[in-house]
Amino acid sequence: MTSELDIFVGNTTLIDEDVYRLWLDGYSVTDAVALRVRSGILEQTGATAAVLQSDTMDHYRTFHMLERLLHAPPKLLHQLIFQIPPSRQALLIERYYAFDEAFVREVLGKKLSKGTKKDLDDISTKTGITLKSCRRQFDNFKRVFKVVEEMRGSLVDNIQQHFLLSDRLARDYAAIVFFANNRFETGKKKLQYLSFGDFAFCAELMIQNWTLGAVGEAPTVPDSQMDDMDMDLDKEFLQDLKELKVLVADKDLLDLHKSLVCTALRGKLGVFSEMEANFKNLSRGLVNVAAKLTHNKDVRDLFVDLVEKFVEPCRSDHWPLSDVRFFLSQYAASVHSLDGFRHQTLWDRYMGTLRGCLLRLYHD
Amino acid sequence: MPGKLKVKIVAGRHLPVMDRASDLTDAFVEVKFGNTTFKTDVYLKSLNPQWNSEWFKFEVDDEDLQDEPLQITVLDHDTYSANDAIGKVYIDIDPLLYSEAATVISGWFPIYDTIHGIRGEINVVVKVDLFNDLNRFRQSSCGVKFFCTTSIPKCYRAVIIHGFVEELVVNEDPEYQWIDRIRTPRASNEARQRLISLMSGELQRKIGLKVLEMRGNAVVGYLQCFDLEGESGLVVRAIGTACTLDKLSSPAAFLPACNSPSKEMKEIPFNEDPNPNTHSSGPSTPLKNQTYSFSPSKSYSRQSSSSDTDLSLTPKTAPYPQGPRIYLCPSSPSLSCGSLHLKKSCLLLSESSLIPHHSSLVSPVLRKSVSFSEELFLAASGMGSGSAGKEGGPFKALLRQQTQSALEQREFPFFTLTAFPPGFLVHVGGVVSARSVKLLDRIHNPDEPETRDAWWAEIRQEIKSHAKALGCHAVVGYSESTSICEEVCILSASGTAAVLNPRFLQDGTVEGCLEQRLEENLPTRCGFCHIPYDELNMPFPAHLTYCYNCRKQKVPDVLFTTIDLPTDATVIGKGCLIQARLCRLKKKAQAEANATAISNLLPFMEYEVHTQLMNKLKLKGMNALFGLRIQITVGENMLMGLASATGVYLAALPTPGGIQIAGKTPNDGSYEQHISHMQKKINDTIAKNKELYEINPPEISEEIIGSPIPEPRQRSRLLRSQSESSDEVTELDLSHGKKDAFVLEIDDTDAMEDVHSLLTDVPPPSGFYSCNTEIMPGINNWTSEIQMFTSVRVIRLSSLNLTNQALNKNFNDLCENLLKSLYFKLRSMIPCCLCHVNFTVSLPEDELIQVTVTAVAITFDKNQALQTTKTHVEKSLQRASTDNEELLQFPLELCSDSLPSHPLPPAKEHLESASSNSGIPAAQRATSVDYSSFADRCSSWIELIKLKAQTIRRGSIKTTVTVEKASPVGDGNFRNRPAPPCANSTVGVVKMTPLSFIPGAKITKYLGIINMFFIRETTSLREEGGVSGFLHAFIAEVFAMVRAHVAALGGNAVVSYIMKQCVFMENPNKNQAQCLINVSGDAVVFVRESDLEVVSTQQPTANCQSSGTEGEVTT
Repeated sequence: MTSELDIFVGNTTLIDEDVYRLWLDGYSVTDAVALRVRSGILEQTGATAAVLQSDTMDHYRTFHMLERLLHAPPKLLHQLIFQIPPSRQALLIERYYAFDEAFVREVLGKKLSKGTKKDLDDISTKTGITLKSCRRQFDNFKRVFKVVEEMRGSLVDNIQQHFLLSDRLARDYAAIVFFANNRFETGKKKLQYLSFGDFAFCAELMIQNWTLGAVGEAPTVPDSQMDDMDMDLDKEFLQDLKELKVLVADKDLLDLHKSLVCTALRGKLGVFSEMEANFKNLSRGLVNVAAKLTHNKDVRDLFVDLVEKFVEPCRSDHWPLSDVRFFLSQYAASVHSLDGFRHQTLWDRYMGTLRGCLLRLYHD
Repeated sequence: MPGKLKVKIVAGRHLPVMDRASDLTDAFVEVKFGNTTFKTDVYLKSLNPQWNSEWFKFEVDDEDLQDEPLQITVLDHDTYSANDAIGKVYIDIDPLLYSEAATVISGWFPIYDTIHGIRGEINVVVKVDLFNDLNRFRQSSCGVKFFCTTSIPKCYRAVIIHGFVEELVVNEDPEYQWIDRIRTPRASNEARQRLISLMSGELQRKIGLKVLEMRGNAVVGYLQCFDLEGESGLVVRAIGTACTLDKLSSPAAFLPACNSPSKEMKEIPFNEDPNPNTHSSGPSTPLKNQTYSFSPSKSYSRQSSSSDTDLSLTPKTAPYPQGPRIYLCPSSPSLSCGSLHLKKSCLLLSESSLIPHHSSLVSPVLRKSVSFSEELFLAASGMGSGSAGKEGGPFKALLRQQTQSALEQREFPFFTLTAFPPGFLVHVGGVVSARSVKLLDRIHNPDEPETRDAWWAEIRQEIKSHAKALGCHAVVGYSESTSICEEVCILSASGTAAVLNPRFLQDGTVEGCLEQRLEENLPTRCGFCHIPYDELNMPFPAHLTYCYNCRKQKVPDVLFTTIDLPTDATVIGKGCLIQARLCRLKKKAQAEANATAISNLLPFMEYEVHTQLMNKLKLKGMNALFGLRIQITVGENMLMGLASATGVYLAALPTPGGIQIAGKTPNDGSYEQHISHMQKKINDTIAKNKELYEINPPEISEEIIGSPIPEPRQRSRLLRSQSESSDEVTELDLSHGKKDAFVLEIDDTDAMEDVHSLLTDVPPPSGFYSCNTEIMPGINNWTSEIQMFTSVRVIRLSSLNLTNQALNKNFNDLCENLLKSLYFKLRSMIPCCLCHVNFTVSLPEDELIQVTVTAVAITFDKNQALQTTKTHVEKSLQRASTDNEELLQFPLELCSDSLPSHPLPPAKEHLESASSNSGIPAAQRATSVDYSSFADRCSSWIELIKLKAQTIRRGSIKTTVTVEKASPVGDGNFRNRPAPPCANSTVGVVKMTPLSFIPGAKITKYLGIINMFFIRETTSLREEGGVSGFLHAFIAEVFAMVRAHVAALGGNAVVSYIMKQCVFMENPNKNQAQCLINVSGDAVVFVRESDLEVVSTQQPTANCQSSGTEGEVTT
């Protein structure tokens, strides 16, 4: 006796959250059944393995049919085939678009191309996440990227509107899309200590301040330019950043800046002497990062540079975070007192964001 | 030109990409009705086109409106080649044709393609302007309402229940026409879908005409089926119960409806066309004209000879020359009693010999009873020269005669209803069923489907005569089915023989008297259990005892029925699903030889199914089966029998005895030990089941009632068949004391197998209950969560060891595993009950068994359920809420606070405030009491006649008690019941349920019948996820289309949903599969009770309570 066909269709589509998770995690039916058996469900319910197998198959089939709709979540809301309560729909979508921290760290900032997709095998081996799940997550990133790529308006709003994600998840996706678009390097060894959350935080700040959309007066740019307001960094801004170079190039200005900062921080900083000794190096590092951002290559290395030029030196001197905060505030504010420096707004736009990023990046 | 159909195509969405180059679609729509077609503009390059078309207007006959579906085709425009079809939508506009239903169809419909499934959706608006035409009912039957629900729909009241209507239409199956060889599968499928749609429309219209001729305005319990006879054609047939329904719209409307105007209405049929139903009134029942003569007695004689008149192509075989093998399965006792003592092998023989015996026995009895009834009637009514006779010249007959013979005159006094207005059902005799094996032949003239009609007529006659043999004049819970394999077809019909209260059956005169009488007698809750047949002349051997409830009437020890548990029945504990499963191998054979083989097997199968049911019932410690449905399926090399029913413990019936096992070789010690071991297991199981289903012995139940009950009287053993068996029984009757034990003899491995299989049935996990009736006896506090589902399983048998035992085991496992899976899947709903569990078995191929289950899981409140002490009252309240029959509260309350022994005084009080309806059984009972002392030799058929006679003598005192308005106390109680929380208020949710109600909600409007037929085919089976993926998707799509249609009608639920057919064929080698699904149900609007309470004040709610007979809130 073999079962040829075995299906269960409810008027309200049954969604088993546990099985959904197993499915999302990319387990085969056999593995999923084994995992469910291990969870002790048989003892709880008095069911047999055959029942579990049949149940799992059913759910997998349902999920497989739903997957097509999950690719365009608004379709899931309007489709008529599966009657699913709204709360369940939200759960399905949210879980489907959820991703693993380990996975996202691997692909963050990489081009979402076929080439990267081929590397998923390695990522799977490295992270212990099933290849299937890796594919799903990668395809999600790519799909969201494709959809919002050409769109104007707020990145987060666009994602939320087209994928019906929660605010949190939409922000994460915005970060992923932003990183993928700007190809920020995140995989270098010295960046390994950073979590996705750190990058997402930075991405959000950068989107808010450094992109075309951030200026709020972007419409002056003709549509033909087709710059994606939230995804691309404001080219003009990056160009202008060169002007900041004067802060380190002009010896007087640099000294003045240093003295201003030191005066303000004397006695307030535990690591004052180290700061004083390192000030020029640090300042040079931060300003040079800004000046280099005209080149795409250097934009990609932004985080590497920030860590190399600022985070690592401070860390080696054991600056406490509070001292870093003091220093950066003072460092940014003191520029306003530099009479010879004319690019105050530009400096604020740059440093405001950078300060936030650096503070986030500064940890073990 | 009586109708104008207007259609507007608004928009489309989620269309498939038809142009690979642009990833877009240039869609336009063709709207077709009859032979007229309109087109929309092409909406270029969009997957979400906005056509916003003008109103397309079709001016058509209402006949066409009824027959034709509106056909909407979405196409992709292609400049250079032929336009590609995206898909179609068929819309049945029937719901727009009667005033009370939907007024507009408007909404998103899935665009369906038979090859690709659902491909996007289209928004359509449909309206109909019907012109009032005096002659509009000539060819069409617009205005007749159809309900699938097998009870009086919730917001209606039955004025008259006219009776059985049936019709069938045949056609050639497009799949088998020559043209099918050259057309695409899509074209072929669409031709088939369209044809069935047309045929359904035509069938419905024809049935409607019959209803109009009967002066009815609605068909309740409408069941339409199609038989795919392959080469020989396509048959669409339908049965139903014609009724005159009154909408319960406002309290004011009720009074006139119930008093004199209704009287007038009822009298009209008699004055104008007193006998619309007799065979003489040609046009109304065209098909029967040729076959049956005018006088019933004649038709009986014809019936007895019908076996010889070989109308059909039935094979002539030695043992059963007539081919049709018809089997009488009267209320349980007969066969099981026989099984007590005889060796199985002998028993089978005796059994088979019993069958012809029955039929030969039945007809003389019938004739006798008929003639007797006439005499009696004449005597009673004091009209010596009543030459008219019951079937005589209808026009000249007096009104009284008409009323008395109203039922007799019906050719088939059948009712497809399974639940009835209070007081309608007087006695229940038992299950009657008939089967017939036929050889199919091409239907030569589709316009005159004589053979098919004759086949069914034959079977119905048989059913009727069985009912008469049981002393019943009517059959309720009637249904028909077929099973086809190649050119062999088994036709089956079954129902429950019953004695009905004539009040609802057209005769107006009796009413007043009955209602007056009711004040003198108390209503009984056990009346339906009392035997309708004469105890000295029983059609089969049975153990009779005095009713455990009223102590006055005889009841059988076990009762089998096909109906739902009457709402006023007293049940102890909970019910459970009981199934008998059986397979029998048969040799492959052709044509007549095959039919013969099947004919020979059928009685044995029936017998064994019956035995199994009986055993399992005893094992559960219960004494009655409701909703019994026996399905016999024929395949190439086997026959399958599957019987499902809901077992309950009826308080009125005696406590069932246990099961005794008797060995055949008593000297063998180890064998003895084995037997005793088995016996212990069985006893344990019975004890466990009693606990599980909370079947407390009657003593406890009497405590609940609050007073002791007199010691059961010594049961009369007079009637017990004095065969050698009974002695054996008493000898073996050891462990169960005074109760009769049911003896199972283990004389061979077969029997051992049977006993084992008895014990293998695993009870559902805790928190789960299941039944195949509308509601679970003993559970009454439903909460609002429901989940309807369909589950399909197909197993392939290994052809190596196909023995009957192996087959049985496989089949048993299949069903058990399926149930286990359901319990597991629905575990999140615990505590819940699977209601209306409907199993269908088919044998699509040699080694394949397909089982399809549709049921609904309903959650209930466990805390309340635990308060078993209050069960009765609560049940009554709940029932009242669900069934809108508040009157039932009354008798039940009665039972709970007054004892059966002196019920009269309290009854009076209640009666004054309560209804006339509930009084009917009382009157009935009273008469049957003196009947037993008076009429001794005639069947209880006469009981009814006599009752009428008596009432007539008393003169017709018209005190139409308008108590339907009802006991406000009861309503108050009910209202105070905590309403289930209304959690889900999402827009667009359409509930589906096979039940006729929605727990925690009130149906406010019936929008029309949903009857849909779909074909799905694939040539890329693997790509669609194999057979499971294919069918899973298809069933989901069918649900979606049903929901969309309901939503477009403005409804939010489908009740009485049924999947009538799910024919699945696969050819994995060719990577192909095809499936046909036919579903139906009633589209309704429901309002949550909690919402209702907010909106409406006490008055309307009281009305909506107020019974099946009135009071209704429309929103």
